[in-house]
Amino acid sequence: MTAKGVFGLSLAGALLVSAAVFGDKVVSRQARKDRINVIYWEKWTGAEGEEMRKVVDAFNRSQNRIFVSYLSISGVDTKTMLATAGGTPPDVAGIWDNQLYEFSDAHALTDLTQLAKDAGLEANYYIKGYWDVLNYRGRLWALPSTPASIALHVRPDLVPPEVATPDTFPKTIEGLDALVDKISKKKPNGDLAMAGFLPSNPGWWNWSWGLYFGGKVTDGDRLTMDSPENIRAFKWIASYAKRFGAKEVQNFQSGFGTFATPQDPFMAGKVATEINGTWKGNYIRVYHPELKWFAVPFPYPADRPDLEGHTQLVQDVLTIPRGAKHVKEAFEFIKFVQRQDVMEGLCSGHGKNSPLEKVSDHFFSSNVNKYIRLFDRLARSPKAFGPPQIGILPQLQNEMNVAFQEVSTEQKTPEKALHDAQDRVTALWQTYKSQVLDQ
Amino acid sequence: MSKRDSRVGILFATPWILGFLIFLTYPLVASLLYSFTNFSILRPPKLIGLQNYNELFHDEVFYKSLGNTLLYVAGAVPLSTVVAIALALLLNTKVKGMSIYRTMFFLPTLVPMVALGTLFSWVFNGDFGLLNEAFHKVHVTPPNWMGDPTWAKWTLILISIWGCGQAMVIYLAGLQDVPVSLYEAAELDGAKVWAKTINVTLPMISPVILFNVVMGIIGSLQIFAVPYVMFPGGAPARSTYFYSSYLYDNAFQYQRMGYASAMGWVLFIITLALTLIALKLSEKHVHYESS
Repeated sequence: MTAKGVFGLSLAGALLVSAAVFGDKVVSRQARKDRINVIYWEKWTGAEGEEMRKVVDAFNRSQNRIFVSYLSISGVDTKTMLATAGGTPPDVAGIWDNQLYEFSDAHALTDLTQLAKDAGLEANYYIKGYWDVLNYRGRLWALPSTPASIALHVRPDLVPPEVATPDTFPKTIEGLDALVDKISKKKPNGDLAMAGFLPSNPGWWNWSWGLYFGGKVTDGDRLTMDSPENIRAFKWIASYAKRFGAKEVQNFQSGFGTFATPQDPFMAGKVATEINGTWKGNYIRVYHPELKWFAVPFPYPADRPDLEGHTQLVQDVLTIPRGAKHVKEAFEFIKFVQRQDVMEGLCSGHGKNSPLEKVSDHFFSSNVNKYIRLFDRLARSPKAFGPPQIGILPQLQNEMNVAFQEVSTEQKTPEKALHDAQDRVTALWQTYKSQVLDQ
Repeated sequence: MSKRDSRVGILFATPWILGFLIFLTYPLVASLLYSFTNFSILRPPKLIGLQNYNELFHDEVFYKSLGNTLLYVAGAVPLSTVVAIALALLLNTKVKGMSIYRTMFFLPTLVPMVALGTLFSWVFNGDFGLLNEAFHKVHVTPPNWMGDPTWAKWTLILISIWGCGQAMVIYLAGLQDVPVSLYEAAELDGAKVWAKTINVTLPMISPVILFNVVMGIIGSLQIFAVPYVMFPGGAPARSTYFYSSYLYDNAFQYQRMGYASAMGWVLFIITLALTLIALKLSEKHVHYESS
């Protein structure tokens, strides 16, 4: 071998060894040598990500033993799962509540039950609905970062004055439908110009429509996606395809801007009402601050007044992946986030309600969301519901989305779409039980 | 070649050999083994025999995604081939500034797939997309390309034309190898442009066409990035849910690595079968200079 060849090979070898040895140090630039370094991956970007960064900075300033390195990344769920499988998970991962059950069944999470108990973080510290979601098969798998409840957002300038207040707005689904018929507008060519309400906007919780009609998608170990209540909900969804025309709705919706922009259909006046979470008010404040709006509980069927005040609960949660290097230190940080003042600061920054049972007056008075008391009240409602606790929730949600689209595009009847979804998920559930749950 | 030279040669080839063994051979063999296991990434794989394959053949979504993919292949490969050959023929003429035109037609292939998906989301938007604006100008009612299940797949087939620059360059190289004497002989026989294209050009570049068609089939069977960006979840109603998307979801969304591995091997067999069919069908139509 020539001298040049030997030099080239040596250089390549040296680079490879350097990359292996120093690579970790290069990517962990935030790390402090004098403290235990806790790696925290969070899904939030933008303003929400910055609010959490403030919390991380406050924690890092609050003591001199632990340093939390905060990394805002996309696809946090997939990356956390793969990193956990590879044996190099972050110490803290911020995921969504509906991923807890799949992660827990996959043995991807650290059981927080005892750690939380030792820290005095128990059921009575949290609003029941949120706490229940965090517990699965009798163990605690996460603690909240920020929660939300869901309500109907209304633009008073696009509805008649007699219903343009939270007190006078229709309370029932039938009342909402009548209002939609009255206020929706079409162009001379038949295209939709403004819709009073669209079940497909924003289309994030298609699995849960049946719950607004008193149904469930799971009942213990049993799948009930094609229950009479779910079929009734999907018939109601189908009525919107008939009301406006399936193709007209598709055309109309394809012109909607994305959620976190001024072109958002609610902010742009393309829809007069929209089902959405507590965070919506914060986005309106940022992108359309002069917009007038109010929020009301989502209407209930006229023949089910017992459902009044129902809502869906959603949460961003903090978990410690299995195999994390600094479990105790990671939990120290999570515990810090649960402090009432810290939690209220974070939730207020996001324009959301608090998951804690005890809430200060200052939180309500200073929150950027002027309807925060409504969202708090809804979260405490006994009719509030969280995601179904089942490990195949991603597949179940996908199948319900497909059924929703099949009904919305008039490809299938509600009965057929839901029966097909039920059959498909039942097969998946059987496989899951035998392969993952070893049943 | 001396022994010393061989050793040096092997030494310099070592990075490639290692890469081949670690990043190709190992995953290939491992995925075959995993396809016979229940493997959820976080737990050790458990041997389950042919259960994954058995489930696959009873899986409605498997057939749906496979059907979508085969329809895409059937639409995209012929369309891209025709457009690429037509462009290559045009760019093979003697016109001033031809190198600029060739560059212009090749450049689109360099656009990353995710950027391409975002770009075409705006072009094909049913409400205010560029394409539908053009239709409105000529008083034609356009379809909702992305929202209508009937049209969504055709939208992707149309978009496939965007990437035909790669094939076009290969056709262009093939066209420049066609002997001028054949065209002269054809002209003496009174052949015009069309006759020369059909009887001289296409037969002479038929091996190149075969190569591009086979590569096109393999590439189209793996379509992933553009529909993933433009049609999340295969919406509307799984009309754009392709095989690779379902494979990805099983592997990384549902943690079913064993099932996804089985899907990977079924795709490999389908790809192999289609390639062999293409080669068999081409036997009478592909003319090699040596034969």
